Amino acid sequence: MSDLATMKVIAGMVPAGSRVLDLGCGDGALLAHLQIERQCTGYGIEFDDANVHACVKRRVNVIQLNLDEGLTMFDDASFDVVLQIDTLQHLRNAETMLRETARVGRSGIVAFPNFGHWPNRISVLGGRMPVTKRLPYQWYDTPNIRVGTFRDFEVLARKNGLQVLDAFGLEEGREVRWWPNLRAGTAVFRLQGAGAR
Amino acid sequence: MSFVATPQLMRFEAPLALQSGASIRDYQLAYETYGQLNADRSNAVLICHALNASHHVAGHYAGQARSEGWWDNMVGPGKPVDTRRFFVIGVNNLGSCFGSTGPMHVNPDTGRIFGADFPVVTVEDWVDAQARLLDALGVQQLAAVMGGSLGGMQALSWALRYPDRVRHCVGIATAPNLSAQNIAFNEVARRAIVTDPDFHGGHFYSHGVVPARGLRLARMVGHITYLSDSVMEERFGRERVAALADQVGYHFDVEFEIESYLRHQGDKFSAYFDANTYLLITRALDYFDPARGFNGNLTAAFAQAKAEFLLISFSTDWRFSPARSRELVKALLDSQHALSYAEIDAPHGHDAFLLDDPRYLAIVRAYFDRMGAGA
Repeated sequence: MSDLATMKVIAGMVPAGSRVLDLGCGDGALLAHLQIERQCTGYGIEFDDANVHACVKRRVNVIQLNLDEGLTMFDDASFDVVLQIDTLQHLRNAETMLRETARVGRSGIVAFPNFGHWPNRISVLGGRMPVTKRLPYQWYDTPNIRVGTFRDFEVLARKNGLQVLDAFGLEEGREVRWWPNLRAGTAVFRLQGAGAR
Repeated sequence: MSFVATPQLMRFEAPLALQSGASIRDYQLAYETYGQLNADRSNAVLICHALNASHHVAGHYAGQARSEGWWDNMVGPGKPVDTRRFFVIGVNNLGSCFGSTGPMHVNPDTGRIFGADFPVVTVEDWVDAQARLLDALGVQQLAAVMGGSLGGMQALSWALRYPDRVRHCVGIATAPNLSAQNIAFNEVARRAIVTDPDFHGGHFYSHGVVPARGLRLARMVGHITYLSDSVMEERFGRERVAALADQVGYHFDVEFEIESYLRHQGDKFSAYFDANTYLLITRALDYFDPARGFNGNLTAAFAQAKAEFLLISFSTDWRFSPARSRELVKALLDSQHALSYAEIDAPHGHDAFLLDDPRYLAIVRAYFDRMGAGA
């Protein structure tokens, strides 16, 4: 999901000047982009040593934490936007983190690989787990401990009382608003906690 | 072999008002500088020392083998804090025993050695004294102030006391204050010194003795807390000293390697460190608590800071644990400061901040590299 077009779509959903918390910020590329192009401020959370180093190097504020330990450090609604870009599929406590995202952020943006994308379905129909550009790993060495579909996420959001402000698919850097669960490799949701204004 | 360092002395005649209400006059500070102050005086980095270190941060003394400074792996030409780009200042704190005015010196008010009468100094007092040294060196604003442990507390205090004089604050293996457990360890060390018959109420100099037994014990208990259980296990385990050839001695003399090691550290320390200095410095540690003036609200305390922060902790450090650094992280987040925080998974306990963990050194290097002289 590191491609520039995708990053620009996500960045475009973040209002200029926002205070942003990026959960699982990787090498900090998105935050750097938001700082420079959209005058945002904020912090990335990252666990991996090499990524923390990359963030420090590119002048992105980074806090080294294991997201599986939760977000207790952060107060309610202390950020304008909390990002969870390609992070959800790595989390043990994915549901808790989704609620935490909505608690800490006045809004949240979640993006993850959509397992409902048609090439994945065909692969599974053929009896094999998919190996694609978006899900490039073999079933036995994937770092993704969860797979879910666009539709699955809608159900999870509803279960947790989260309001979906916008939802669409992304494929080749383009928004897919017509049958996204079938036609897009990436699912994108903009959310708000039930108590948020 | 690193570069040659030259210690210098700066004398201050005017009284320095201390937090206690007392003051100290006609004092001197020992310091060293490395690298060149640039034309717009924007590349100065102040390094603050912890309990038993000094102004001799980096380099070695001419003609003296094994005289490298205590942070020679961090500071120097081509090191993470690169003295080819930065003008680095190391200063020995007031009350210490490496050249700056301390309890072993003559009190100008009485003509006698200070001893126990040396005023109790705090982290804030040290920072004020350091600020005067910077004035004298023509440094108005620091590119960075940096320290580990108690040195980190000074770095934090700099950002709070002189917000306009610090662009970057680097605090390593440090804490917003000492925990009760930490104060407890300090108290054991102080009692060991004070109850040594050779202490003479702090006026042992005139008796021609030093409370070496107390100092040894203080260092031994301190040293235990600087190491992690696992690194101690790995280095010493239950190994017995060579002379015993793995036999049980059935006595209370040195039998295990760890005992031998601690005694060696205690002996070494008691030969060079001053007992009154140990009391003063551990007390300064105990007292540090910037949130105290803000009803315990650390976020409010840090609201006045203007610096960008880098904090680093080590996973097995139980004396200044990652949890304490996270308290600082939270306060800085809540007060919306630019901040990066790295938690290095290192086995060495508190000592890790002085050691060569490549991830740790790389983070510091990246931080200083991006910090152009003007940024």
